[in-house]
Amino acid sequence: MGELIFIGLGLYDEKDISLKGLEDARRCDYLFAEFYTSKLTGTDISKVEKILGKKIKVLERKEVEDGEQILKEAERGRVGFLTAGDPMAATTHVELRIRAEERGIATRIIHGSSVFTAIPALLGLQHYKFGRTTSLVYPEDKFFPTSPYYVIKENKERGLHTLVLLDIDAEKERFMTIREGIDILLEMENMLKEGVIGDDTIVCGVARAGSKKPTVKAGSILEVREFDFGPPLHTLVIVGKLHFMERKALETFAGLTRENRSA
Amino acid sequence: MGRKEENIAKAKKLMFKIDNIRNIGIAAHIDHGKTTLSDNLLAGCGMMSEELAGKQLVLDYDEQEQARGITIQTAAASMVHTFEGEEYLINLLDTPGHVDFGGDVTRAMRAVDGCIIVVCAVEGVMPQTETVIRQALREKVKPVLFINKVDRLINELKVTPEEMQQRFIKIITEVNRLINKMAPEEFKGKWTVKVEDGSVAFGSAYYNWAISVPYMKKTGITFKDIYEYCNKGDQKTLAKKAPIHEIILDMVVDHLPSPKEAQKYRIPHIWRGDLESSIGKGMINCDPDAPLSFMVTKIIIDPHAGEVAVGRVFSGKIEKGQEVTVVGMPKKNRVQQVSLMVGADRIPVDFVTAGNVAAVIGIRDAIAGSTVTTVEGMEPFERMVHVSEPVVTVAVEAKHPRDLPKLVEVLRNISKADPSIEVTINQETGEHLMSGMGELHLEVTEYKIKNEYGVDIVTSEPIVVYRESVAKKTPRPFEGKSPNRHNRFYFVVEPLPDSIVKALYNNEIPTDPKKHRKEIASKLQQLGMDKEEAKGVFKITGLNILTDVTKGIQHLFETRELIAEGFDEVMKKGPIANEPCQGVLVKLVDAKLHEDAIHRGPAQVIPAVKKAINGAMMSSDPILLEPMQKVFISIPQDVLGNVSRELNQRRAVILDMKTEGDMVTVEAKAPVAEMFGFASAIRSATGGRVLWSTENTGFEPLPRELQREVIKRIRERKGLSPEPYPPEYYMD
Repeated sequence: MGELIFIGLGLYDEKDISLKGLEDARRCDYLFAEFYTSKLTGTDISKVEKILGKKIKVLERKEVEDGEQILKEAERGRVGFLTAGDPMAATTHVELRIRAEERGIATRIIHGSSVFTAIPALLGLQHYKFGRTTSLVYPEDKFFPTSPYYVIKENKERGLHTLVLLDIDAEKERFMTIREGIDILLEMENMLKEGVIGDDTIVCGVARAGSKKPTVKAGSILEVREFDFGPPLHTLVIVGKLHFMERKALETFAGLTRENRSA
Repeated sequence: MGRKEENIAKAKKLMFKIDNIRNIGIAAHIDHGKTTLSDNLLAGCGMMSEELAGKQLVLDYDEQEQARGITIQTAAASMVHTFEGEEYLINLLDTPGHVDFGGDVTRAMRAVDGCIIVVCAVEGVMPQTETVIRQALREKVKPVLFINKVDRLINELKVTPEEMQQRFIKIITEVNRLINKMAPEEFKGKWTVKVEDGSVAFGSAYYNWAISVPYMKKTGITFKDIYEYCNKGDQKTLAKKAPIHEIILDMVVDHLPSPKEAQKYRIPHIWRGDLESSIGKGMINCDPDAPLSFMVTKIIIDPHAGEVAVGRVFSGKIEKGQEVTVVGMPKKNRVQQVSLMVGADRIPVDFVTAGNVAAVIGIRDAIAGSTVTTVEGMEPFERMVHVSEPVVTVAVEAKHPRDLPKLVEVLRNISKADPSIEVTINQETGEHLMSGMGELHLEVTEYKIKNEYGVDIVTSEPIVVYRESVAKKTPRPFEGKSPNRHNRFYFVVEPLPDSIVKALYNNEIPTDPKKHRKEIASKLQQLGMDKEEAKGVFKITGLNILTDVTKGIQHLFETRELIAEGFDEVMKKGPIANEPCQGVLVKLVDAKLHEDAIHRGPAQVIPAVKKAINGAMMSSDPILLEPMQKVFISIPQDVLGNVSRELNQRRAVILDMKTEGDMVTVEAKAPVAEMFGFASAIRSATGGRVLWSTENTGFEPLPRELQREVIKRIRERKGLSPEPYPPEYYMD
């Protein structure tokens, strides 16, 4: 019987994979990857293939969700399934793992560095103080979910920070920017008017976490909106109640000024 | 100045005297003489030469109509008539006689306030007489009666004066029974037609004479005189003594309401907007100084001028250079030309005021049925109640590929001019599909494309349009999973009760739950729907309803539009054979959603919902419905056997048979699918001695034993696997 190994590639380029992940990937009979839940913006597939010394078949969302290709290969050999970040963070791949186990395929996870820890780390915010994470999606005619607004509201009421993930449209190669995300939040405030997002709300933006030069900036929502973060990927944090150490960190690493008192 | 020119000059002046205007239609069973009557009225008023009338049918200005001898288009014409020393402007809208073209009839009815019902003295009240009376009364259009072909009664049937009277009484009684059965509550008993007051006239449209009691009193002519003139074969003198237009138009002026009178009670009936608003008041009072409200009843494609929108001005005035909005369209249109209609002629004027019929060039966004106004956000006239809906489809192809762009344009024009023609594109094959009310309707349209628009086309064999439905309730909620399997939706489907399907069909229930939530809920409850189900309705597609009976599911709200989208897609392409669904109540009973919005977007929710509804339908005794037609056939006794045989071969059921003298009238019901080629078959079965017509009567279950075969045929034609998928297919 075969094996299915979920391997996290980490945050930014082909060198973010763990040594264990690299060794296991090299030993696999077959490698699949998906880049629709996240993407390594600092590299491309050929570089990953080169470092792993193996061909990789990149699957589209439909193919991963269907799962048959992966499971069939995993029934007869050792299969690696590569994802950016951590394979089980902000993905729905647990379902594939369950199906594999149900079919008698052994599974393993090799963790990768993830946005969930990298963002608090870069900003100096304490991971303990984050509430529920939420995502902003590109609004469509018939789909403009406003639940992120309420997640932020709930978190803020409890003094907690909110990690706000920004949409990736793999088909159209669109990556939501911090400015686009802020505009969506402002539109929600305009629609729902519950006073969650104000002009002086403190938010933090992080671009290209995991790279040598990540950009971080904290400040009022309007300041951050105007800030030039450069290329993707972008992530947003809506700040809750700041511990004195957190405030010091934001001032030191992310340009928060003493005028930014609201949070 | 010729008489016609003189009348045009008068008409231009009369349009301001609202009390002296009558907007009327003429409606009849096929071949009862409606078009001949229209033409002789026009000729009598000096709108065309008298010699031509009865020969050249002005209102039938499609060449093709003349060839077929039936009226297809609804054209308009204005006439000037003097009654008791006053001049009146009578706007006549011709209505098609063949019920295959039901959409046109209803539209014309909406634009008129009164209607002359024509009944043939020989045949009497026929099934379509009932249909046209119903159509008139439903729009609160007041009827008067003209009994036509009296000459044939005397000359061919050789009836005695007493028998003649008996026949008249029978026809009048029957017409009044129908009027009183179908009249709006407020007019029951009041709209009865009577010989004594002149709301009934008799005569011969062909020989150009008529008589009524008031006219007899005025001139001293008696029934006896008429009988004798006819017997002597001297109807020419009769036509001089009692010219048809005098009698009929006297009747129209005296008994049918002016726009001012009629709009008071008709506007609240045909318009759903705020009656207290300026446009509402303007229409009720037929006020020429109020904002414009113009309802388009027909689009004519003129070879030179392009699209001409013909319709009724209900308030304000429509004038050259005016900026107008077609309700529902984003941009303004500029009126280029405004005309009065006289037969096939349009007479340009500067403007046309409230209460009149106008022909307008420049309203590019208009289709038949559009509301045109100068008021932002005006409530349109409710979607007109269509008696018929498309049941037959042909694939249309340009004979020469280079004509394709032209064909696309022509098809667009055709569906604009006749909204009962539906043009769609088959996404898989790219071919154009044209759907209509029946085989004849499509043949007529094909003829137009070829001869009027000059595009050579090839069409496929006609194909019947089916509907999909269910016969029972889903035994237990059917679960549909999203592709990522992190979201689940649970649906139950069941047949909608007939009363609700009928109410939807007749447009008695608003169809946009976002705008009319409460009204929908209360209407559905009145019709017996459970309170929670009625309150939860959030999408209506065709004759199908989607309702949410779940309680307190977090985040469900933000996926609702996507659920509605999935429902909509299934209702337009059902699981049995990708035909539209009908009469299905779809209930969302439960849902389990992923926490984060990114994992429950359109790509997840829509497929999950479609699977669940498809699966629920396939586990609820799915059935295919086929369109049915009523067939009315009038034949001599001796060919009855042949006709019965012809009908039997076509799965027809005979509903009624009436014998009158040596004629028999058969009323039968048959599937549209079996009626292809009936025209030539019935002609040869009867040696041409037949009058027949059909009327679409909606969809009924296809017999069980034929289901499998028909489903297979449709699926194969569409390139699908021969068998529909079982419920299990939709589970994973």
